[in-house]
Amino acid sequence: MFELQQLRHRYPGGQDICFPDWTLAQGEHAVLVGPSGSGKTTLLSIIGGMLKPQHGLAKVAGEEIGGMAGAALDRFRGQRIGLVPQRLHLVASLTVAENLQLAQYLAQLPQDAARVQTVLDRLGLGELARRRPHQLSQGQAQRVAIGRAVVNAPRLLLADEPTANLDDAATHAVISLLEREAEAVGATLLIASHDGRVKSHFQRHLVLGAHTAEVTA
Amino acid sequence: MNIVKLSLKQLAARPLTTSLNILLLAIGIGTVSVLMLFNAQLQDKLYSVGHGIDLVVGAKGSPLQLILSTVYQVDIPPGNIPLKEANKIAKMPYVANTIPMALGDNLLGHRIIGTSPDYMKLYEGKLAEGRLWNVSMEAVLGANVARQSHLKVGDEFASTHGLTPGGHLHDDNKYQVVGIMAQNNTILDDVVLTDVQSVWDLHEGESTTNQAFAQPAAKKDKASDDSNDDEEDFKPRELTALLVQYKTPLAVLALPRQINANTNMQAASPALESARLVSILGFGLNAFRAFAVILIISAALSVFVALYTALKERRFDLAVMRMLGSSRLRLCMAVLLEGLLLSSAAALAGLAVAHAVTELAGRLNWVPGLPLTGLWWEQQEAGLVLLALGVGLVAAIIPAIQAYRTDIGTVLAER
Repeated sequence: MFELQQLRHRYPGGQDICFPDWTLAQGEHAVLVGPSGSGKTTLLSIIGGMLKPQHGLAKVAGEEIGGMAGAALDRFRGQRIGLVPQRLHLVASLTVAENLQLAQYLAQLPQDAARVQTVLDRLGLGELARRRPHQLSQGQAQRVAIGRAVVNAPRLLLADEPTANLDDAATHAVISLLEREAEAVGATLLIASHDGRVKSHFQRHLVLGAHTAEVTA
Repeated sequence: MNIVKLSLKQLAARPLTTSLNILLLAIGIGTVSVLMLFNAQLQDKLYSVGHGIDLVVGAKGSPLQLILSTVYQVDIPPGNIPLKEANKIAKMPYVANTIPMALGDNLLGHRIIGTSPDYMKLYEGKLAEGRLWNVSMEAVLGANVARQSHLKVGDEFASTHGLTPGGHLHDDNKYQVVGIMAQNNTILDDVVLTDVQSVWDLHEGESTTNQAFAQPAAKKDKASDDSNDDEEDFKPRELTALLVQYKTPLAVLALPRQINANTNMQAASPALESARLVSILGFGLNAFRAFAVILIISAALSVFVALYTALKERRFDLAVMRMLGSSRLRLCMAVLLEGLLLSSAAALAGLAVAHAVTELAGRLNWVPGLPLTGLWWEQQEAGLVLLALGVGLVAAIIPAIQAYRTDIGTVLAER
C-alpha cells in the first residue's frame, strides 16, 4: 500500500510538481496515467524510495519514505519495492538466474535458489535460467525483469511503461502477468503508462493532469 | 551471489580488456621479480664463493682482476709472486691459515689449480670416489669436469697450457686422475685440483708458472733468478696467489696495508671487491628496474582506463543495483575489488612467470657459472605483491568514487 499527503517535489531550476493525496490499499491494483511531464516518473521515483520528496509525506508499506536515509532506505527499497523499469537494465555479465539471485543478495535476503527457480518457472523462463540477457528476446527479457522485481516478494510492485512498443496481444499478456505476479506475492501494483489499452484494463486510475504539474508554489 | 563473484563476473564479461591488463601488469611485476631473483642469486653466489677467504695476496695490478682470477676463476691473474715472499706472509702473526694457488693449465677449459687440500675444505668439497693427491701429477676432478671429460679414476690426461682450451698440449707429462669430487654446486664442480708441485714440474725451465698469460711486469729476469733460488733444486718457485684467512678481525686494519706498502705484492679483499662488482652490475640492474617501474605505471594507467570506461558502460547496471537495494558503499567496494582481483591475478602470474624463467635460465645455463633456480624466494617479492595490489587499488579509486556517486534516478529517467 501507499499513502500520499500533500506531496510536492521540485527539481533544481524547475517548478513544483504537486501530487494529489492518493491512497492505495495493500494488494490493490491501479494504473498511473498522465501526459508526458506530468510527474509520473517523479512519483514512481518517490514511492520507489529512489527520490526524497521535498514536501509532504509518502508512506509506503507502512514506512514514511522521507524519514529513511542511507543504508536503511537502500534495504527497504530492496526488500519492499519491486520495480520493472522501461529500459529493463538486466546485468549483462550475469545469467538469468543470477540476475534474480543478485536481487536477493543486494536486498540482504537469504539467497534461495529454489525460490528463483519457482519464479522463473512461473514466468515460463525455467529453461532459460542459464542464458545471458543478450541471448533473450525482448519479451523474455521483460519477463526476467518482472521476475527480478517479484523474487523478493515486495509489498509494492511498480512498472514503468511496460507496454511501450508492444502489440495488443503482448500488451494483454504483460499486464496479466504483472497482475498475476502481484497477486501471487500479495503486492500492491502500480503501473505508470500513457497507453489507453492499459488504462482500460484497470478500474482504479490515478490521473496526473497537466494542471497538477503546472501548479506553482 | 556475493561481492567477489559479482566482481569476477564483471571482469569475465570483458575478457580481452581484463587479460590485457593482467598481462601488462604481470610483465612489469615479472620483470622486477626476475631482476630480484637474478640479483639475489648472483650476490649470494659472489659472497658464497668469497666466503672463508679474508684476503688474497698476488702480484701487483688490479685488485678486482686478482679476485676474479683467483677466487671466482674467471679472469687471468695479474702475475705471480715468489714463494719465498708468500711463505713470509704465512708466518705473520695475524694470519691463521693460508692456501697456496698456482694456475697455469687447463683441461677442456676447466682450470687446473695447484693448491693444498685446504682449498677443497674451504668449499666443503667431498670426494665421490678415489682419494686426494699425494704426489706431483695426481689430480682430483670436479664433478662437471669428470662428466664432460668422461675421465675416470685411473685415467690419464694431458693438460693444455694457458687458461683457455687450444693452447700447447703438455703431452710429455700426463696427469693421473686419482679422485673425483661429489657435485656440491660450488666452484669446485668446475675445476681440477692437484698439488702445487705438479704445476711447477710441468713448467720446469719456464721462468714463470703461468707465463702464457702473465703480464710482462710479472716476468722474471733470468739474471735475478739466483737471488730467488731457495729450493733444493735451485729453481725459482712462484705462486699465482696466496689465499689468506685471518686469525683475528683486527687483521683487516693492518695486514692489507702492510702488504701493499712494504712488499712487491698486493693484497685484495674478496668481500670488498665482490661488493664493488655488485655495485658496478647494480648500475645496469637499476636501468632495468626503472624500465620495469615504467611498465608497472603504464599498467596502472591501463587498469584505470579499463575500469573507468567499463564503469561508464555499466552505469545503468550500477543504478539498477542501487534500485535493487545495494548501498553506495557496496558498489564502491565491488569496483575496488575488481581492481584488486585484477592486480592480484597479475601479481601471481608475474611471479609465476618470473620463477619459471629463472628456473629455465638455470636449466639451460644461460648465465655460465651461476646456477639459477626458480625455487628461490626473495622477501622483497612480498613487497612486490603489495605494490601490485596497491597499484590495482589506486587505479580503482576514481572509478570506485564514480560508482559511489551513481545516480539511481537514471534507471527511470532513461527512456
